[in-house]
Amino acid sequence: MRPPRNFYARTFQRDAGMLSRVASNLYWMSRYLERAEHTARLLDVELQLWLDQSPEVGAGRWRFLVDALQIRGIQGRLDPLELAEALVFSRENFSSIVSCVAAARENLRHVREQCSSEMWEQLNKLYLQVIERRPEKGWILKSHELFRSVQEGAHLFQGITDATMSHGEGWQFIQLGRYVERSDTLAALLDTHFDRAAQPADQPVDSGEYLSWVGLLRGCAAFEAYCQAHTAEIRPLRVAEFLILNPDLPHSIRFSVDRMNAALHLIGDLTERREKTPSRIAGRLRAKLSFSQIEEIMAGGVAAYLRSVRSECAQIHDAIHQIYFDYSVEAELVS
Amino acid sequence: MDTAYDEMFLAPAVARDHYRALEKTLVGLSPDELRRTQQAADLTFLHEGITFTVYGSKEGTERIFPNDLVPRIIPGDEWARIEKGLTQRLTALNLFLRDIYHESRILAEGVVPRELIYSCRHFRREMRGLNVPRDIYVSICGTDLVRLPDGQFAVLEDNLRVPSGVSYMLANRKVLKRVFPTMFRDYGVWPIDHYPQALLATLRSLAPLNAAYPNDPTTVLLTPGVSNSAYFEHTFLAQQMGIELVEGRDLLVHDNLVYMRTTAGLRRVDVIYRRVDDDFLDPLCFRRDSILGVPGLFNAYRAGNVTLANAIGTGVADDKAVYAYVPEMIRYYLNEDAILPNVPTFLLTEPAERQHTLDHLDSMVVKAVGESGGYGMLIGPQSTAQQRQEFRARILAEPRNYIAQPALALSTAPCLIDGAVESRHVDPRPYILMADKVTLVPGGLTRVALRRGSLVVNSSQGGGSKDTWVLRDGGRGSRVA
Repeated sequence: MRPPRNFYARTFQRDAGMLSRVASNLYWMSRYLERAEHTARLLDVELQLWLDQSPEVGAGRWRFLVDALQIRGIQGRLDPLELAEALVFSRENFSSIVSCVAAARENLRHVREQCSSEMWEQLNKLYLQVIERRPEKGWILKSHELFRSVQEGAHLFQGITDATMSHGEGWQFIQLGRYVERSDTLAALLDTHFDRAAQPADQPVDSGEYLSWVGLLRGCAAFEAYCQAHTAEIRPLRVAEFLILNPDLPHSIRFSVDRMNAALHLIGDLTERREKTPSRIAGRLRAKLSFSQIEEIMAGGVAAYLRSVRSECAQIHDAIHQIYFDYSVEAELVS
Repeated sequence: MDTAYDEMFLAPAVARDHYRALEKTLVGLSPDELRRTQQAADLTFLHEGITFTVYGSKEGTERIFPNDLVPRIIPGDEWARIEKGLTQRLTALNLFLRDIYHESRILAEGVVPRELIYSCRHFRREMRGLNVPRDIYVSICGTDLVRLPDGQFAVLEDNLRVPSGVSYMLANRKVLKRVFPTMFRDYGVWPIDHYPQALLATLRSLAPLNAAYPNDPTTVLLTPGVSNSAYFEHTFLAQQMGIELVEGRDLLVHDNLVYMRTTAGLRRVDVIYRRVDDDFLDPLCFRRDSILGVPGLFNAYRAGNVTLANAIGTGVADDKAVYAYVPEMIRYYLNEDAILPNVPTFLLTEPAERQHTLDHLDSMVVKAVGESGGYGMLIGPQSTAQQRQEFRARILAEPRNYIAQPALALSTAPCLIDGAVESRHVDPRPYILMADKVTLVPGGLTRVALRRGSLVVNSSQGGGSKDTWVLRDGGRGSRVA
C-alpha cells in the first residue's frame, strides 16, 4: 500500500520547528554563558598583566578593559578594585560575571525539560559557586582561581552539552548563541586594541608593547596556538591575521562566523527557512572573511573592517529574533 | 480514632490475608535496614527531581514529596467495585454537566435546586448551549476516596477541574519496584505504567472534527509556568506523552484558530490539556488581569476549533454542596443506585442542617465549598473554641459557602516512620480517564497524613504519599509463599 500523498510532508512538518520561546531561551542562555567566560578570561589576563606594570600604565589598561568589554556608564577615574568588583560581582551591571551566569541559569531553568539533567546540574553548580563568592579584602590577588573556575565551568558545560543533548535544533540554537556572542565580543576586543596601537606592522614589537600584545593573544586563548604557528616572535600584522582570519582557531572571528553560519544553515533546513535573512547576512559575512587578505584589511583600515563585522553581527542577531523568536503574526498568517 | 478501619490488621497481631506477605517482609528487616532503604528511596526522588515547589522562597526551593515505602494493598475484588462505582459516578457527572449547560432538566424537575447551581462560583454562563466533543466535560478526574469504619469505600471529593498527583503515583511505583522487587513480583500487582499513553489517547480522541489531521491532532500541555507548584508534573507528563509543554505566551488565536509559535512558524493546535484554572484561561473572557492565558482562546473553543481538557465550567460539579446531590444525579440520569456512597454531608443553607451543625461543631469538619488542597477547613475535634467561634460567624454570614461533614475516621495503614512501622491515616485517589472509553489505571495515589493522629493528607499541609497495589486474580497475593 502506498502512503497517502502528503505522508512525508506531514511527517516532516511534525518535526519541523520547536517552540520559539524555548529556542530563544537556549540562545540567550548560551550567549550569557559565553559572555561570562569571555569576561572571566579577560579579567584573568589583565590582573596578571597588572602585576607586571607600572601604576600609570595600569590605569590605562583598566580603561582599555572597560572599552573592550563595552561596559557603558563608567566614567572618570577608575579605581581598579571597584571596577573589578563591578565587573565580577555587581548585579546592577548586567554584564558582570555573576549577572551573566545567573541570567544563563535563569534562561535554562525555564526550559529544563528541554536539556539533559546533567546540563542543568552543571550550570546550577556553576551558579551556586559564583554567587557564594563575596568581594572580601584582598580577593583580587586571589581571584585567579575564581576566573579559572568560571572558564572551566563553562567549558565543562559545553562538553556535557555536546555529550548528553541530542544534536537537534535546540543544540544548534545553543551553538548559534555562543558564536554570535563570540564574534561580537572578539571584534570589540580587537577593535579596542588596534585603536590604541600603532598601525600593525610586519615587524617584531619592541619590549614596551610586548606585554599588551601577549595579553591580547591570551585574552583570545590563542597565545600557545600563535607560538606554534609563528614562534614566540610577536609581529602585530601576524597577530591581526591570526585572530581575524585563521579558520582553525576557536577564538578567531573567522572560526566563530563559520560556526555561526553552519548552525544557521542547519536551523534553516530544519525549519524550512533557509532562504531567510539571518542565513543570508551570515553567508555574506562568512564570504567576506574567507576571501579577505590581511594586507587589504590594513589598507582599508582595520577599525572600519572590525566595525563592519560588528554591525553585521548585530544585524544577524536582529534577524534571528525577527525570523525565529519574535516574528510578526500577520506576516506569518499571510504566507 | 480507634474506630478507624485498619487496612492491615483484622485483629491485634492478625494481618488480613492480602497483607500477610508484606508483614513477613517487614518483620524480616531490622530498623536500620528499614531506615537505610527509606533514605535510598528519598535520594532517588531528589536526584530525579521528583519535587514540588514551595511558594514564597526566593531561590525557588524545591522539596521532595514525602514518600512512604510500605505499599497500600487493595484486593482485586474490592478494586472491581471501586472501578464500577467510579465509572458510574463520572458518567453521571458528565451527563449532569451537559444537562445544566443545555436544557437544565434536572433543575426544572427540582432534583437539584436551581439556586445551588447558579450561585456557584464555578458555574460558567459562557458555557451555556456550547457543545463539547463527545459530550465529555470531565475527561481527566482524580477522585478522593475514604474507607469508612465498616470497611466500605465512600467518595470524599470529586476533583473535576485540574487534578494533580498522577506523576507521584508513577514515581512511587518506579521506586518501590526497585526497593522490593521480589515481593512486588510475587504479589501479582496490576501495572500502571501505561497511564501517560492512555492519557494521550484520551486527549487525542477528543480532537475537534475539523482538525487539520483528525487522526493525528496536535496536542499540547498548557502550564502556568515554572513557578507553579505542580510544574514538575507538567514537564513529566509532557515528556512522557511526547507533546509540547507550552505557556500562555506560546499560543495565540487568529480567526478563532489556536496556534503555537515555533521556529518554523505558526503551528495549529487542536487539543489543549490545560493545567491552568478556568479563571486564568482567557483574559478577554474571564479574569482580565491573567497573564497565564491566551486572549481569544474561549472564542476559538466556542467555535469548536480547539478542545480543552477538562472543559470549562466543570468546577460546578465538584462544588462541595453540589457533591451532596451526586447520588440523586446517578439515580436521575442512569436509573441506578450509587455503587460508591457519599460521605454524609450537611448543607448549611438548610435551616435544620445548619442548626445541627452549629450545635455539634466540635465533632464536624467544615469545608469551604469552592476550595481544595486542604485550605479553608475547620476540623472540629482538633479545633480551638476560638476557631469554632470564627467558623460559626462565617457560616452564619455565608451559609452557601460552607458544608459540614461528620469527622470521619479515615482508615489506617502501616507506614515507615523513622525506622519503625506505625499506623497512619490514608486516603486513596484513583485517576479516571474518560473519552471514547473509560480507563482507570489500577491503583492511584494513596495520600498519607504523616503526622500522628492527623487527618489531613494534602501535600501542602504536611502529607505524603505511598504506592497503591491492586492485586490480580481476585487478589489475596496467593502466589506469595
